Amino acid sequence: MSTTAGFAADEPAFSDLSERPDAARRRSIVAALTAALPPGAVLAEEGDLRPYECDGLSTFRELPVAVVLPSTERAVAATLGVCARLGVPVVARGAGTGLSGGAMPHAAGVVLSLARLNRILELDPAAGIARVEPGVRNLAISEAAAPFGLYYAPDPSSQIACTIGGNVAENAGGVHCLKYGLTLHNVLRVRGYTVTGEPVEFGSLALDAPGLDLLAAVIGSEGLLAIVTEVSVRLLPRPSVARVVMASFDDVGKAGDAVAAIIAAGIIPAGLEMMDRRAAVAVEPFVKAGYDLEAAAILLAESDGTSEEVDAEVARLEQLLAAAGATATAVSRSEAERLRFWSGRKNAFPAAGRISPDYYCMDGTIPRKHLGRVLAAIAALEEELGLRCMNVFHAGDGNLHPLILFDANVPGEWQRAERFGAAIVELCVALGGTITGEHGVGVEKLNSMCVQFTAAERAAFFAVKRAFDVPGLLNPGKLIPTLHRCAEYGRMRVHGGLLPFADLPRF
Amino acid sequence: MDAALEALRDRVLAAGHAGRRLRIRGAGTKDFLGETLQGELLDTAAFAGIVDYEPSELVLTARAGTRLSAIEALLGAHQQFLAFEPPAFGGDPTLGGIVAAGLSGPRRASAGAARDFVLGARLLSAGGECLNFGGRVMKNVAGFDVARLLCGSFGILGVIVEVSIKVLPRPAEELTLGFEMSAADAIEAFNRWSRRPLPLSATSWHDGVARVRLSGVGAAVAAARAVLGGTPIAAEVAARWWAGLRDHTHPFLAPREPLWRVSVAATAPLLGLPGAKLVEWAGALRWLRSTAAAEDVREAARRAGGSAALWHGAGRVPAFEPLPPALLAIHRRLKAGFDPHGLFNPGRLVPGL
Repeated sequence: MSTTAGFAADEPAFSDLSERPDAARRRSIVAALTAALPPGAVLAEEGDLRPYECDGLSTFRELPVAVVLPSTERAVAATLGVCARLGVPVVARGAGTGLSGGAMPHAAGVVLSLARLNRILELDPAAGIARVEPGVRNLAISEAAAPFGLYYAPDPSSQIACTIGGNVAENAGGVHCLKYGLTLHNVLRVRGYTVTGEPVEFGSLALDAPGLDLLAAVIGSEGLLAIVTEVSVRLLPRPSVARVVMASFDDVGKAGDAVAAIIAAGIIPAGLEMMDRRAAVAVEPFVKAGYDLEAAAILLAESDGTSEEVDAEVARLEQLLAAAGATATAVSRSEAERLRFWSGRKNAFPAAGRISPDYYCMDGTIPRKHLGRVLAAIAALEEELGLRCMNVFHAGDGNLHPLILFDANVPGEWQRAERFGAAIVELCVALGGTITGEHGVGVEKLNSMCVQFTAAERAAFFAVKRAFDVPGLLNPGKLIPTLHRCAEYGRMRVHGGLLPFADLPRF
Repeated sequence: MDAALEALRDRVLAAGHAGRRLRIRGAGTKDFLGETLQGELLDTAAFAGIVDYEPSELVLTARAGTRLSAIEALLGAHQQFLAFEPPAFGGDPTLGGIVAAGLSGPRRASAGAARDFVLGARLLSAGGECLNFGGRVMKNVAGFDVARLLCGSFGILGVIVEVSIKVLPRPAEELTLGFEMSAADAIEAFNRWSRRPLPLSATSWHDGVARVRLSGVGAAVAAARAVLGGTPIAAEVAARWWAGLRDHTHPFLAPREPLWRVSVAATAPLLGLPGAKLVEWAGALRWLRSTAAAEDVREAARRAGGSAALWHGAGRVPAFEPLPPALLAIHRRLKAGFDPHGLFNPGRLVPGL
């Protein structure tokens, strides 16, 4: 690679193509880890490694050399010390619920599971701060804060299982992030270790810290920059009241216009979610939420705050939805009903699993105004590729989750699902959006990264990687594709006729 | 390529070839801040203009040289605003400068910081290429979040030439309440009120008076007023007060030495340093007119979980808190990666970088 944009010219030491080391090398790595760590902290038998071979994206699998399960920060530092000395890649893992293969093991590396670091270290209600270890589950923070009338706002739909460490790695969102922000907006400080086992702290319990905002780089870095052993999160006062308005539309475009009308009227709902008919039909038998199965789209708009605020906002929402052509609206009358309205949206993924042997969840984000265009393109792709797709959508922030239904046992279906997904995310890029809103790049979207970013931009990402991880041992082969990989993908797209919507302007 | 952008690129390339240094400047409203300015002036003001703004998308994209006044006028026409309330320092700063400095005004503790609103940025690199990071959408986790890393970078990684930023609806109503109380009582009260679901949008304490601004729909503001008590302050007087804190036109924050900006955990007790003070951000920001030794101020800030910057009066001591070795090493390598020949704003943020 030439020196583009002034960035240094080297490619990473470990590429995304990795090979399993020979038995002697594996033995020496396991022996060094076992010697450095307490008994029971190192797994190396194949049967013990199998549960770690993939994360929530099970189509990508790899067996690691070993899995390390530290219970203390010291053991984390010791693991990193051994791996740095022997040049062994390290893949951090939380609950393994990620949807992009970010925690898929490296064939020559170890998996560093942070699941046993699961203590809430401090909950300071006066400051509104919880200091927790990375293996603490997202929902457990809100549960611990509840007695003080506080909660942790980001609520990815996997929140009963996913860990805060994984949330930091992925910059997890949720259904309330239009109003309350992503992980990035709710984490004050992260402590951990550099690749060589040196302790490091990003951010501060104050509202800013000197120097560059390295915390912003670390959040969402998919385990490529540092290993996190402590996270301090901001707790918010739980709103006194929350109610949700559910509206039916006979046309998806009208539902999209209703979203724009709500925002233009100066309302930022706590949640603003959309489902198409196929999604509503799939979830209804499962959750019995009372969804209108005749509607082309269902919109859920949540209002929260003081009872005065919510009363005023709900009345405005009802007016705006009616004016936008809603065929029916309902307002939750109780907390139980509010949760029932939400249950279908929150259970869309499991419902997809009920109606189809397999499903492939996409995660592109678009400027909201292009929603109708993307949904039309998805319908055309269903025809073209002979696969069905159900659509759920974080409508407020433009984040689409098309769920492509397929059967991995039917030869060729996975390949078609993958093509379907690539076409959707690349359309998102063409419309000024992005290939991933909240699930991350991992291994899954490496090819799509070649479409969204130029070689010089990818070189800048490698410069960030090297600034934090000089030997390139932290989760190598994820997030940033190599120049070689992008060149290969470019050739494939041209020859395979994969390039979708070739006539669209790119910006 | 736009002629003004081309001119910037040519200057960058020429400076690189000749081994000269550049100091990037928009409106120059923050020239006083940070370490001594070095290098030839690279003025971004000519590369100006709103590129894209659709109120219902809540995103504005503008070139670096676009003035705050132009952005605020456009947003105001649609009842929207920049919720982090960027300080103007008595001038008319550019969007590029606002993002490069990453500073936020009185709404910081409730609405978030400048970096929380940055969605995307275009960077003119040392090699003369335009690189796009982030985008024009609310959620985007493709690649490292370089756009937000640039926010507060003081230009040391390259020239920010375009920014996409999240905007929000302007609150329907605002009301400021005054309370006579001590600084210690005010900090305690701010913290207590912040833990309750009240529509607080700013807090301050100075000279025996705590002020609390409420923002939201009328009914919510009225309900919160009933809970908090205090004395309502006339709208024009209140608006002048918060603008004075935001833009540093308040006499206490005027450009006189020494002025310390001490950023601490909001619940930290009083710092025990001599000198007059002004408190913002529910206790998390403490301005201090103190002749105490720099090391004493910095030590007090560290004990309170934060750091101290010498806002006016730097030169003899570093403006910003020195970085611990592990972070300094990462800064050095980031600088070497983005700006290998040390072209941009040398030493402005971190001495020697």
